[in-house]
Amino acid sequence: MPKEILEYWPHLSAIGVGASVTLPGLGGDIHGQYINMSLDPIDWPMNGPFSSTLGIRSALNCGLSKVEEKFTEELLLKPLPDRKVLAHFHFESTAPRTQYYGRHHHLFPKAIAQLVQKFSIREMELSFTQGRWEYESWGGYDPISSSSAKPPGVELWAVFDVPVDQVDASWKNLTHSLSGLFCASINFLESSTTYSAPELAFHPASVNLRYGTLPREAVCTENLTPWLKLLPCRDKSGISSLLDRPSIYRGFYHSQRLRLRHVKIRADAPDSDTVLEQTLTVVLQPNGIRSKESHSSKRKLHPTWSMSSLFGRKIEGRCALAKSSNVYLQLERDLVAEMKRLKEKRKIFDISVLNEDLIENPAFEISIKPDLVLREVLSSQTESSSLTYEYSIGKSASPNTFDLSFTWKSPVAWSCRKPPLRASRFLMGSGNERGTIAISLRSMGPDEGLNVSDMDKERCVLPVNIFQVVPWYIKVYFHTLKVFIDEKPMSVLDAVEKIHISPSEDKVSPGVMEMVLKLPCGVKSATITLEFDKGFLHIDEYPPDANQGFDIPSAIITFPNIEASIYFDQEITLKDLPLLSSFQEKNPIRYYTEVLLVPLTTPDFSMPYNVITITCTVFALYFGSLLNVLRRRVSEEERLHNAKGKSGPLSRLIAKLRRSKEIQPQSTTTSSSLFSSKLILKIIMVAAIAICWQYLSG
Amino acid sequence: MAPKETPKMKQRPIVRLGILIISHSVVVSVICCISGVVALLLLPILAKNTYISENALMPGSANPMLSDQDVGEANKLVNALLDLKSEPISSGRVSTLVAEFISDLGAEVGYHKFYPESNQFHPLHFFSLPDSGSLQENVNCSMYGINVIGIARAPQGDGKEAVVLVTPYNSENADLSDALSIGLTYSVFSLLTQVTWLAKDIIWLVADSRYGEYSSVSAWLRDYQRPVFGASLILDSDTCDGGSRPYDLDNFMTCGKLIDNFKRAGTMAAALVVKVTEKSEPFVDTLNLYSEASNGQMPNLDLINIVNYLAVHRQGLHVKVKKLIPLLNAKWLNVLADILETVGVIVRRLNPQWKFGIPAAEYIDGTATLASSLYYQALGIPTGPHGAFRDYQVDAVTLEFSPYSLRKGRHKEFLLRGSRLIEGVIRSVNNLLEKFHQSFFLYLLTSPGRFVSVGVYMIPFILLVAPLPVMAASLYMNIFDFGPNTETGQLAVSPRSVTWLDAAKMVLIVHFWGSIVSLLPYCICQMDFSTPTMNLAIWSMLSALCFLLLCLVLGLHFNQTEKAKWVVLKSATLSAVFIGLCLMSVVNFATAEIGALLLVPLCLMIHPLKINPNMGTLVNFSRMALNFILLSMAFPPVSFFLLRGAVYGFHGIDIGDFWMWVESLWAWNSATYLYITMIHLPCWVLCLHILLHAR
Repeated sequence: MPKEILEYWPHLSAIGVGASVTLPGLGGDIHGQYINMSLDPIDWPMNGPFSSTLGIRSALNCGLSKVEEKFTEELLLKPLPDRKVLAHFHFESTAPRTQYYGRHHHLFPKAIAQLVQKFSIREMELSFTQGRWEYESWGGYDPISSSSAKPPGVELWAVFDVPVDQVDASWKNLTHSLSGLFCASINFLESSTTYSAPELAFHPASVNLRYGTLPREAVCTENLTPWLKLLPCRDKSGISSLLDRPSIYRGFYHSQRLRLRHVKIRADAPDSDTVLEQTLTVVLQPNGIRSKESHSSKRKLHPTWSMSSLFGRKIEGRCALAKSSNVYLQLERDLVAEMKRLKEKRKIFDISVLNEDLIENPAFEISIKPDLVLREVLSSQTESSSLTYEYSIGKSASPNTFDLSFTWKSPVAWSCRKPPLRASRFLMGSGNERGTIAISLRSMGPDEGLNVSDMDKERCVLPVNIFQVVPWYIKVYFHTLKVFIDEKPMSVLDAVEKIHISPSEDKVSPGVMEMVLKLPCGVKSATITLEFDKGFLHIDEYPPDANQGFDIPSAIITFPNIEASIYFDQEITLKDLPLLSSFQEKNPIRYYTEVLLVPLTTPDFSMPYNVITITCTVFALYFGSLLNVLRRRVSEEERLHNAKGKSGPLSRLIAKLRRSKEIQPQSTTTSSSLFSSKLILKIIMVAAIAICWQYLSG
Repeated sequence: MAPKETPKMKQRPIVRLGILIISHSVVVSVICCISGVVALLLLPILAKNTYISENALMPGSANPMLSDQDVGEANKLVNALLDLKSEPISSGRVSTLVAEFISDLGAEVGYHKFYPESNQFHPLHFFSLPDSGSLQENVNCSMYGINVIGIARAPQGDGKEAVVLVTPYNSENADLSDALSIGLTYSVFSLLTQVTWLAKDIIWLVADSRYGEYSSVSAWLRDYQRPVFGASLILDSDTCDGGSRPYDLDNFMTCGKLIDNFKRAGTMAAALVVKVTEKSEPFVDTLNLYSEASNGQMPNLDLINIVNYLAVHRQGLHVKVKKLIPLLNAKWLNVLADILETVGVIVRRLNPQWKFGIPAAEYIDGTATLASSLYYQALGIPTGPHGAFRDYQVDAVTLEFSPYSLRKGRHKEFLLRGSRLIEGVIRSVNNLLEKFHQSFFLYLLTSPGRFVSVGVYMIPFILLVAPLPVMAASLYMNIFDFGPNTETGQLAVSPRSVTWLDAAKMVLIVHFWGSIVSLLPYCICQMDFSTPTMNLAIWSMLSALCFLLLCLVLGLHFNQTEKAKWVVLKSATLSAVFIGLCLMSVVNFATAEIGALLLVPLCLMIHPLKINPNMGTLVNFSRMALNFILLSMAFPPVSFFLLRGAVYGFHGIDIGDFWMWVESLWAWNSATYLYITMIHLPCWVLCLHILLHAR
């Protein structure tokens, strides 16, 4: 059945693209017509002419306006404190669960819809990442960092809507399908040693959840192209046309993410919509080569950037199929506060009245005036709220090209919102025998993190979830778990609220540790350590480049009580802006630690020949002497020795030769010296002949 | 090897060969010993040219990116450091200045405060890393150093691996060379913070070498590799006052909290220690390579190869490894070199394809380098801060630059060459996907570009050691030849097995005494005597006392008259020496090699002083003289002073020097110390016992 569908898929897509080319001039209300156009010829060969038209008519009768697929494209730009720029692309397609289209879709990628249907995926997230997210300088408290900061390599988790015993089978099939779809080795996640089923510490807790990572997977354009193919406009028009491969892969961080979920738009709706969220997060350096001079001064001017300088391209209009197409520019709280401080200073000299939205300010200049300014709503009035400028593409003054540029006029230094605790994970010990994994959490300082009054500090508890998967060849001894809070050893019972451990089984399953730590709110540092032994692998199990070492995937640290969300003051407008509304969702702060590299004992792969040779020699010597001893009969030998001349001509010859030799050894024991002098003479003679021969020939 | 076989029966060839060799043990021993020494002398000729074994390294395939601009920046730092020197209070300023420069590059900065560990003898801690928990007892709070750590993160890397650059810097007594070494590393580091090709993080450790270069690096490594949780608090609050921090670090404490935060990167792939010395060389900039770590461990040969290749072929530096200078002028070596050269010429005339023999000058040079390579490996003491890395299985090498002049105008040129070399090496290591594993770990260098691998240098040792079991077996088998000749005819009273047991007991007791001797310095150190000579005297007295006590308690008889006894004892001694040397060759090959050179001839030759009437007086006399000479040469203090005299000249020798030397051995946890006290000395005593045997 899938094969059959796939056969028609290119057909449909070709028509879809053809239609989209003709669309831009016509405006937005063309959807119904478009659907008819694209669907009619397809259904002909499948169900016969009558049934198909009937089907479509009945669907039309059900209500054309209600079931509508939706696609939005958004881009968020954010200047970062360390002179870099964050670009976060967000594409969202929504497909209602309806029989209206049959097996086909209008905007929603068919490949994904089939996956959802076939494997009954309730929720899924797949990310491809290159580079590390710098939590300290790029932020660890905002929605983008907690949702889009991912560990290097591939991370995949999925929740299935199937009975518990079928989850593993669905997962295995899913990994293979995704592997083919994204040109990546996701199929390695099929093996039960690579995935795990977290129950406690991973966010969407479910029995049907499976989680796996491939830390060593390289990410490149071959993974991006299939990802782009899922978009209705690909990278031909709209915001996705900015994705110039050389510029986005030159960045410091690159994470491409695909998330599937089911959302009920209205509470009373019978079915939930399938939402496909595709995000690409890149951190770019505005000017390719960092200039030297800027480093020397303490307060340096940030580099000026524009969309064309960052990506080498401009936005040429919106994607015609997109319901909304927006670009945002976000200024962080601390930056806004800094601006205000700067303004206060300038006010003394400058009489001009400054508006609250900071569009005109002394520090920077934005080339295009925003359509809308969104302000963050904060509980406390003391802090200044972050600002988000919204630009809608296609509706702005110059509809054809959109090139936002950001010019710094005076040096500003600010810092981003750091995570409540800074986590780092490292290995202790050396050698090929054993080691220790340590996860250390440090508070970022008194001003950061939790805003708890002094009164509450005594009984206030900060829960921290830690989720750690360890491959089976790292044999962790969970009884060696030690917890240190503020450098003081604590008993595990006091510090750990809940813990769930599934020990690894050799070559079958990885070790999983999930724990909920309860830390006092004013904690300065907390460390947990786990000792492990390094196992031995079978020679077939070593990957290529085994001498590099083996990876321990990132641990995930979640702060379930602290939510990274931004609330905006204009609620009404947000409905059609999925990116901004996703900021308002209550997502806990998530933090990925570093990937660790464990050196294991590695055999010398270049020496199989030596091993074979030495084994063969040992076997030959052993069996040779054994057979010799078993076979030999002393009396028989003597008898044979005495009975001469009865054998064939060859043995007679040997006997004759031997006879002449055996006279001396039998005579006396002292004759061995004579024997040896003869031997030495012979050797010397042979050597002399050899030298002569060498001399003459050379 | 059973001697009682029916002569009629034909034995298996391997047994016959064994019997043949044993029956000619004297000839075999002489041939083997001589050929062992000859093979050792031939090693410089058998040395191979080094080659880069790991293809991924690709040294020198990229053009250096380091420009004059980087060097200009580095020169600014050098000048700033030199300006600091003139200021009266500069001890803590240096670290803050360096930290400022690093943070201006956009790299992470951290401080590491450490208390230098005083070297103490832990008799049970041999071969184990010092336990970081135990060192807190002997910490002096007023003595501490501060290392500065800069980390450049690889822009697109995953941070699993790191390359370490170390610059030792004496913050109290800094001079131009120290400033230059910081400048040199800074220029490389500033480039590395900007490049895009970096795959591994770069850690730059500016090690405070106030209390020694090694101790600061090893303290940092200890905290990096095996930190102790829950201990630093105790250290700071209880033992040491919190207010003892320097004035200028308080600034950093308040603004950045840098000192509490120990900065880390991933698993270390390799480490380079960069130093500049003021010892100027004539005409050319020179690079000295130091690579010996504790117990004769060496870094992977590929690391040395890339440094050598880039220094010679890219930067035009003159690369040197340590050599024993006195050997260069030794007469005997010159003669030997000439002989070998002529042999080589003759051989080449026989067949031009045989590449045997090298020019005399090259041979002398190679021998001097080989000798020093052997000596420093045998000593078991690391030759620089790189030794600390080897303890954690990280390949490290010390690059010591000595510019031919340090005039003001030459700084930039020198900095450019040196830092381009370091850049190239780091780029090569950065290319490496796996850890160093491809090339040799066991080798001896005969020049920076030539090496002797383990397969070749094993041969002299095996040849030297091989006669020991042969001789032992032959002596054991020939007891009967001696036995019936004794007039008392005690053979019936003491059968061979009993004699053998006595001898084995003797050997064991003496070795037990050896292990007691090895523990005595610990007690002597606790008593704290002033001079080394005094310590040495007490040590030797106590050792002698112990020996006498042991003999009294366990009842050893010194006046055995039976001839068979000393023969069996010699046989047992030979076996003990053989086992000891073979064991030592696994731990530290160079020690075993030198030990074999001293012990094997002595053990083979040893014979009681009594004149044998069956032989001529000349033979008797020469044998006695030879015994005496060999015995005195193999006595550890004498061999130490002889070696020392041969290398540095005999003037100004103090008896206490030996104590100092031994002290340094155990302070560095060298296995050579164990070898000397537990193998060499007991065997020497056994030989002495045989020599003084009455019959």
